[in-house]
Amino acid sequence: MKADVDQSKNTSPAKGDIILAVKDVSLSFGGVKAIRGVSFDIKRGEIRAIIGPNGAGKTSMLNVINGFYHPQVGTITYKGEQRQQMRPYIAASQGIARTFQNVALFKGMTTLDNIMTGRTLKMHKGIGWQMLRMGPALDEEVRHREVVEKIIDFLEINAIRKTPVGKLPYGLQKRVELGRALAMEPELLLLDEPMAGMNLEEKQDMSRFIIDINRQMGTTMALIEHDMGVVMDLSDRVVVLDYGQKIADGTPDVVQADQKVIDAYLGVAH
Amino acid sequence: MSEMPASRHIEPAHDTVPQLLLRNAVIFGGRPAMREKDLGIWQTWTWTQALEEIRALSIGLYVLGLKRGETVAIIGDNRPRLYWAFTAAQALGAIPVPVYQDSVADEMAYVLTHAETAFAIVENQEQVDKVQSIADRVPTLRHMVYCNPRGLKGYDQTQLQSYTDIQAIGRDELRKKPELAAWWEAEIALGKASDTSVMLYTSGTTGRPKGVMLSHENVVVSGQNANLFDHYTADDTMVAYLPMAWVGDHIFSYGQAFAGGICVACPESPETAIEDRREIGPSSFFAPPRVFENMLTQIMVRMEDAGPAKKAIFKYFLEVAKRSGDKLLNGDSIPAKDRLLYWIGDKLVYAPLRNRMGMSNLRVAYTAGEAIGPELFSFFRSLGINLKQLYGQTEASVFVTLQPDGEVHPETVGRPGPGVEIKIDDKGEVLFKSPGVFQKYYKNDEATAETKTADGWVRTGDAGFMDSRGHLCIIDRAKDVGRLKSGELFSPKYLENRIKFYPEIKEAVAFGNDRDYVTMFINIDLVSVGSWAERNNVIYASYQELAAHPEVYAMIERRVDELNAALSKEPRVASSQIKRFLVLHKELEADDGELTRTQKVRRPFIADRYAPFITALYDGSGRASIRTEVTFEDGRKGIIEGDVRIVDMKLHAVAAQTPVREAAE
Repeated sequence: MKADVDQSKNTSPAKGDIILAVKDVSLSFGGVKAIRGVSFDIKRGEIRAIIGPNGAGKTSMLNVINGFYHPQVGTITYKGEQRQQMRPYIAASQGIARTFQNVALFKGMTTLDNIMTGRTLKMHKGIGWQMLRMGPALDEEVRHREVVEKIIDFLEINAIRKTPVGKLPYGLQKRVELGRALAMEPELLLLDEPMAGMNLEEKQDMSRFIIDINRQMGTTMALIEHDMGVVMDLSDRVVVLDYGQKIADGTPDVVQADQKVIDAYLGVAH
Repeated sequence: MSEMPASRHIEPAHDTVPQLLLRNAVIFGGRPAMREKDLGIWQTWTWTQALEEIRALSIGLYVLGLKRGETVAIIGDNRPRLYWAFTAAQALGAIPVPVYQDSVADEMAYVLTHAETAFAIVENQEQVDKVQSIADRVPTLRHMVYCNPRGLKGYDQTQLQSYTDIQAIGRDELRKKPELAAWWEAEIALGKASDTSVMLYTSGTTGRPKGVMLSHENVVVSGQNANLFDHYTADDTMVAYLPMAWVGDHIFSYGQAFAGGICVACPESPETAIEDRREIGPSSFFAPPRVFENMLTQIMVRMEDAGPAKKAIFKYFLEVAKRSGDKLLNGDSIPAKDRLLYWIGDKLVYAPLRNRMGMSNLRVAYTAGEAIGPELFSFFRSLGINLKQLYGQTEASVFVTLQPDGEVHPETVGRPGPGVEIKIDDKGEVLFKSPGVFQKYYKNDEATAETKTADGWVRTGDAGFMDSRGHLCIIDRAKDVGRLKSGELFSPKYLENRIKFYPEIKEAVAFGNDRDYVTMFINIDLVSVGSWAERNNVIYASYQELAAHPEVYAMIERRVDELNAALSKEPRVASSQIKRFLVLHKELEADDGELTRTQKVRRPFIADRYAPFITALYDGSGRASIRTEVTFEDGRKGIIEGDVRIVDMKLHAVAAQTPVREAAE
C-alpha cells in the first residue's frame, strides 16, 4: 500500500555481468599476511557471501573492495575498469556502500538524520544555500527526504524516525545503518556481519530485508556473516577464506560439501 | 448532531453504510473523510475522493465476479484502503468479514472456511502468505487482493491481484461505460436496513469463534446514537488503531464515522500509534484498561528520570489533582483556593501530560472490556481527561450502557445507552434489547437460540443489577454467582473487588454460597498498612503481628463497615453485607496454591485449606486457630500457626425496598 521503493531491477544493466572482480590480491600489514593471492568475482544482482573462521581475512577483503586498504599485489576491476589509487569516498561515489561490523552511526542524531547523511554525496547545492535552508537547497532536501522516507518505510523503522540512535537497541541500530547505506542507492552493498549480536527474530527480520533489497531494488550485495544457516539460505554464491587464502568458491551446496571448508571450520590436525 | 439530516428525509434512503457514503459525498464533499500517515506525512482523502476510490474498487471487484450475498475477508491493520474495501463490498450487497490481523493461519482457516469467503482483501505479504498457506482448505476462495506490493513480486499472480490494479480496472470500465456510475448507485439503493452489513467473529474464549451477523441498521443506528450521546459532529476526528475485526473499531471508526461524517485517521504503523495520536489530537479515544495502565506506567517511569525540581512539582500537583480533578470534571463545587491550584497545575503539569498522551483535544475517552482499577480510573480523570466506562458486546453492536457526563461512578458501567432496554432475570443475569441487537450467529442456530430469547432479549452471560441511581453494576460472570440460604444473590467477586478498592486491603475471599450470611477473609496490604503503622507509631515485627494488631483490626473494621453501609443502599446486594470477617495471619500466595499465577484467588482451594476458619466464622466463635504449611521463597516448607480474631459486624438497615427501576430509556 505504501509507495514501494524504486524497483530498478529490470532497468539495471544485464543481471549476471561481473560488477567487481578481485584478481590475485595480497595484502599484508608488516609481516602479517592478511590476504594471500585471492581471486573471486561478484556478479550483478547476486548476493555473494564471504565466510571463513576468525582471522581469515574477511573484513580485510571488504576493506580492500571498499578502497580502505590498498593491496600490495593484485588488481581490482570494478564495472569493467581497473582500479588505480583508491579512497573510500571514491568507492562511495562510484556506488559502493557498506555497513560495519560494529555499528558506526552518529549516536546523538536521530534515525532520520543518520539516514539523511547517506544522501550527502548526492546533495549538490552549495553550503551557503544549505545553511540558509531555503530555495533550491530546500527543494533538494525535500527530494532527498522523500527517498529517505521510502527507506524508513521499507525497513519498517517509522516508529523510531525521531529517536536518537544511541537510545535504540542494537538490532535496530543495525537496521538504521543498513538504511544509511541504502540511502546512497548503491550498486554494490557491502554488509559486514549484518546479523552479529542479534536474536533469532531480529535475524529473521534482517534476512527478509536483505532478500527484499536484493529482489526489489536489484542491489548487488557482498556480505560477511558467521551464522552459517543465514549464509546458506541467503546467498547465491559463497567464497570461503582461511588464513588469508581462498579455499572454496561456489554455490552454498558445493561449499558446504567441500572437505577443506569442513576442516577449516571444525579444525584438523596439521 | 442536530444539524445533521436524519434518516427520515424522504429520498434517497440513508439506511446502509454505502447510502451514507453517497450522502456524505454530497453534504460533506470537500471535508476530510480519512487521513493516513505515509512516508511521514499525513495524507488526506475528502468524502468526494473516498467515494471515487471506493467506487473504483467496487466496480473492479464486480468485474472480477463479486456477487450479492458473497463474503469478503478483510485482513490487516487499520488502513483507509481496507475500510474502503468494506464499503466497496457492501455497495454490491456483499458482506465483509474482517479477520484479526494477528490470528495464526489455523484460526484464519476456520473463519474463512466457516464464512465461505469468496474474496480476501489483505494488507501485505504477511497476510498473503497466511491466506495462501490455508487456501486449499477454503474451497470458496476465488481471489486475493493485496494493498502493499512489497515482497510480492515473485508470487504467482493468477489468483492474486493488487488493490490498485483492481481500482484501475474499475476506473477503466467507468471510462468506457460512464453509465456504470448510475448503475453502481442503483445497486447501492437496493440495499436495505435489514440486510446483513458485516460479520464479526468473536474471539471466543471457549469453543470456536462465532460469526456475529450485524445488519446495516445495527451499525448505522448504533453509530448515530453514539454520536448523539457524546455530541460528535463532522468536526471531530478519531484515530483508528484497534483491530478492524473488533466490534468496537467497526462501530467507532466505521459506523460512527459514516453516520456523522467524522474524519478517521489511520496511524503509520501500530508502533507509531501514540506519536500519531499526538499529532492528530483526536476528540475521542477508546482503549481497554491495560492501554491506560501502560500510559500511566510510562509517565511514571519517565518522571523517575526527571530532575528533582520537576519531580517535586509533578508530585505536588498530582496531589492537587487527586483532590480536585474528578470533582471539577463532575461539575461539583470546590473551594476557590483548590480551583486556583488546579488551574496552575493544569498549566504546569496536566496540560503537558495530556499533550504527551495525544489527549489535548479529547472530549471523551472510553474504557471497556474488563473492570478498570478505581485508582487508575481516577488518575486519568483527575488530569482533566473525561474518561468514562461503557459496557457492551459484539452482539449489541457495542453499546449496552455508557456513563453520561457528570454521572461517572467507578463502580458502575453507566446508564443504558440510547434505545437500550435492560432487564435482570431471576438468576441475576443481565439481558438487553437495543437497536444494535445482532441478527444471528452465522450457521449456528443453536448458539443463537441460547443467546437470543424468542421475544428479542439478548443474554449477556454477565450477572449484575441496576443500582438506585439507575446505573448498571456488573458483578460477575453469571455462572459464578451463588445464592445465600435466604435465596438472595451472592457474588463473591463483586464483594472482593469492592473491598479491594481500599488501599489497605490487598486480597479478600468472600464466602456465602448456601450459607445464612456472608463472611470474609481479608489480607492486609503490607506496603500500605506498613506505612500507616510507621506514621502512627505502631510497632510490629512481622506480617503476622501487624495483621493481628488491634489498631489494624479497628481500621479494617471501619473499612468493612463503610462497605456494608454502601451495600445497604443497593437493594440487590444489601443482603450481602459482611457479617463476620477475620484478617488472615499470612499473605495468600501463588506459591502455596492459594492464588493463580495471574493473582486470582482460588476460592475452593482456600475454603478447603482454611476449613477450620470457615467453621469458626459460621459457628459464632470469637477466635479461630489453624496450623498451615507454607512454602518459603527458597522452596523449603514450614508450618505456621495462626490464631486470629473474628469480628462481628453490626449490619446496616437496608434502605427502603423501593422496587428497582427496570431502567429503560
